[in-house]
Amino acid sequence: MTYPPQQAIKSVLIMDLFIQQIINGLTVGSVYALIALGYTMVYGILELINFAHGEIYMLGAYLGIIILGFLTVAGLTAFSLPLAILVTLVAAGAISAAYGATMEKLAYRPLREAPRLAPLISAMGVSIFLQNYVMLTQGATDKVFPDIIPKKSVMFMGAEVTYLQIFIMAASVVLMAGLHAFIMKTRMGRAMRATALDKKMAGLAGVNVDSVISVTFIIGSFLAAVAGVMVAMYYGLVNFYIGYLAGIKAFTAAVLGGIGNVPGAMAGGLVLGILESLGAGYLWPEYKDAFAFLVLVLILIVRPQGLLGERVPDKV
Amino acid sequence: MGLLRNRYIKAVAVSAWMGLLTVPFAGTVTALYISGAILAGSALFAAFRAFAGTGALSGAGTMSMKLEEFGVSLTSGRRSVIALGVLAVILVVFPFTSNRYTLDLAVQTGIYIMLALGLNIVVGQTGLLVLGYVAFYAVGAYTYALLSTGMGVSFWAALPIAAFMAGIFGLVLGAPVLRLRGDYLAIVTLGFGEITRIVLNNWDGLTGGPNGISGIPRPTLGPIGFEELTNYYFLMLIMVVLCVFVVRRLNDSRVGRAWIAIREDEVAAEAMGINTVWMKLLSFGLGAVLAGLAGVFYAAKMRFVSPESFNFLESIIILCMVVLGGMGSIPGVILGAVVLYLMPEALREFQQYRMLIFGAAMIAIMVFRPQGFIGTKRRRIEMAKG
Repeated sequence: MTYPPQQAIKSVLIMDLFIQQIINGLTVGSVYALIALGYTMVYGILELINFAHGEIYMLGAYLGIIILGFLTVAGLTAFSLPLAILVTLVAAGAISAAYGATMEKLAYRPLREAPRLAPLISAMGVSIFLQNYVMLTQGATDKVFPDIIPKKSVMFMGAEVTYLQIFIMAASVVLMAGLHAFIMKTRMGRAMRATALDKKMAGLAGVNVDSVISVTFIIGSFLAAVAGVMVAMYYGLVNFYIGYLAGIKAFTAAVLGGIGNVPGAMAGGLVLGILESLGAGYLWPEYKDAFAFLVLVLILIVRPQGLLGERVPDKV
Repeated sequence: MGLLRNRYIKAVAVSAWMGLLTVPFAGTVTALYISGAILAGSALFAAFRAFAGTGALSGAGTMSMKLEEFGVSLTSGRRSVIALGVLAVILVVFPFTSNRYTLDLAVQTGIYIMLALGLNIVVGQTGLLVLGYVAFYAVGAYTYALLSTGMGVSFWAALPIAAFMAGIFGLVLGAPVLRLRGDYLAIVTLGFGEITRIVLNNWDGLTGGPNGISGIPRPTLGPIGFEELTNYYFLMLIMVVLCVFVVRRLNDSRVGRAWIAIREDEVAAEAMGINTVWMKLLSFGLGAVLAGLAGVFYAAKMRFVSPESFNFLESIIILCMVVLGGMGSIPGVILGAVVLYLMPEALREFQQYRMLIFGAAMIAIMVFRPQGFIGTKRRRIEMAKG
C-alpha cells in the first residue's frame, strides 16, 4: 500500500482520508476473511490449527500469475479480460483445492488419532515443504502479476475506490454468501455442521466423516487460493514467503471472530483489515504488522471467545 | 474408487496425481520426472514389503522393538551408567579431534539443547502450547548484547540479569494469558513473539534496528579466556549438564508432578488442590529463564545479534525438537535438538533442497512415529495398554 505524500495529506480533508483508510482496510480485510474461513472451518471440525493454510493462499497467488500468463498466450485475455480473470480464479482455486485435499490425505489423516501436537508439527512440515517447493520451481525472486488490470477508479464520499477494490470486495461477499448457503442449505453442509458438533456421533448417524473433512479442506483451499489471486492482482507482486504473514493474520481474524465460527471469521477479517489500515495510517506505519498482533492479544485477554464466539466451559 | 483397491493401479494413480499437481509449477517435463520417481519409489517400497513379508518383516519388527528396548534401557537402570560414561568420554575428547566448523556446530547444538529443555518444561511437562518461545531467547541475547557493549557489564554478571529479565518477561506475559485455553495461548504467544521481533527491528535507538548489535565480547574467567572456541565448548557443556540436572530434579519434584497433573487434566489437578495458576506461571517463568540464559550464550558465541535470528521459524524448530524428540522425555528432547539442528547441516550438500527434505522429513516422522523418538515412560505404558 502506498501512502500519499505529506502535502497531499494536508490538502485532503480529514474525513476523506478516514474513508480512504476504511476502504483500503475493507479490501485487505475481505481477503483476510476469505483465508480465515479455511482456518475456522478446519478448526471447527478437526480442532487443528492448519499452519499450512497460508501456503495454499501463496500457491493460489502463484497459480494466478501462471494461469493468466498461459491464458494470455492462448489469446483468451485479448478476447475478453473478465472471462480470463474468471477462468484464472476458478482454475487457481481448483488446483489449490487439489493441493489442499492431497495435503490433508498425506499429512493429517494418518494423524487423526495421534497426540494433539503431532498434526500441528506435521502442518508446519507441510508449510516448510510447500514454501521451498515453490521457491525451487518458481525462483526466489518476486513474481510480477501481468499489468493488465485497468487502473480506473470511482470517487466515493471523497475517497478513491479502484475497480479492483470493488471487485475484490464484491467477489468476497459473493463467495462468503455462497459458503453460508452451502453450509446452511445443502446436505453436505448439514453433514459438516454435524461433524463439527461431534465427529463420532456424526459418524454413527451415517455421515462419512472422511469425505466431510476432505470437502472442508477443498472449500477452504479454494477460498484461500481465490484470495491469493486477488492479492496478486492488488499488490502486483508475489513471493514464496507471502503465505506466512497472511496466514498468521487470517488466523488472527479467525480467532478474533471466535474460531470455529464461520460468520465470525468473516467479521473478524473485516475488523482486522480496518483496524490495521487505521493503525498504520494514523499511528505508526512501520508497526503495521505488530499492530494486528497487539489487537489480537488485547482481544483475547478481554474476550477470549472472540467477537461472535460462545464461551465454552471446560469439559470435565 | 473400487479400482483403487488394486495396489498397482493405486500406485500408478498416486504418482500420476502427484505429477499432475506439479505441472503448473514445475512444467511438464519435471512433473513427469517427479511422477516417475514416485512410481519407482512406491515400487521399491512394495518390493521391500513383499520381501519382508516372507518372514523378514517380523524379523525387522522384532529388531526395531529390541532396538527400542535397548534405547530405553540406555536411559534408565544399570546400563545407563555405562552409556553415560561413554557419552561423557566422547564429549570430552570431541573438541580435540574436531575442526572449527564442527566445534561451532557443537556449541550451537548445546544452545539448542538448552532451548529445547526450557520449552519442554512448558510444552512437554505442563502441556501449554507456546509458539513464541524465541522472544525469551531474544530478550536474553539482547540483554547481554546491550549490557556488554553499552555498559561493559561482564558475562557472568549479565547471566543472572538476563535470566531475570527473561523470567520477568515470561511472568508479565504469562499472568494475563495463562487463563486462556490451549490454542488461544498458542496464538497469543505467537503474536507476542512477532511483536518482540518487530519492536527489535524498529527501535533503532536502542537495538540498532535490522543492523543488530556487533562487537559483543566472549567471556573470560581469571586466566581462562573463552575467546578460544574449545574453551567455550567446555563452558557450554558444563552449562548443558547443569541444565539437564536441574530439569531432571524438577521433574521428580512435587512441582514436576503438579505440572504433569495439569497437563493430563487441568480440572482434576485443580480439584486435587494444585494451585494451577501459580504452577503454570512457574512453568512459564522457568522456561523463559532457560531461554534467556541460552540467549546470553548465543550472543557471546556469535558476538553479534540481530532481529533476524529470532524469527517465527526458530520458535517452530525449537517446538519441533521437543515434539519430535518425545514430549516430556529429557533424553528424547536432547536427541530431538541434536537431530533437528544437525539434519539441515548434514543436508548442506543438497544445498537448496535441504529445507524441502527437512519439511518432508518432519511430516514423515510425525506420520510414522507421532510419539517422538523417545516417548516418556508414562506414554509408553499408555500406548501399550492401547
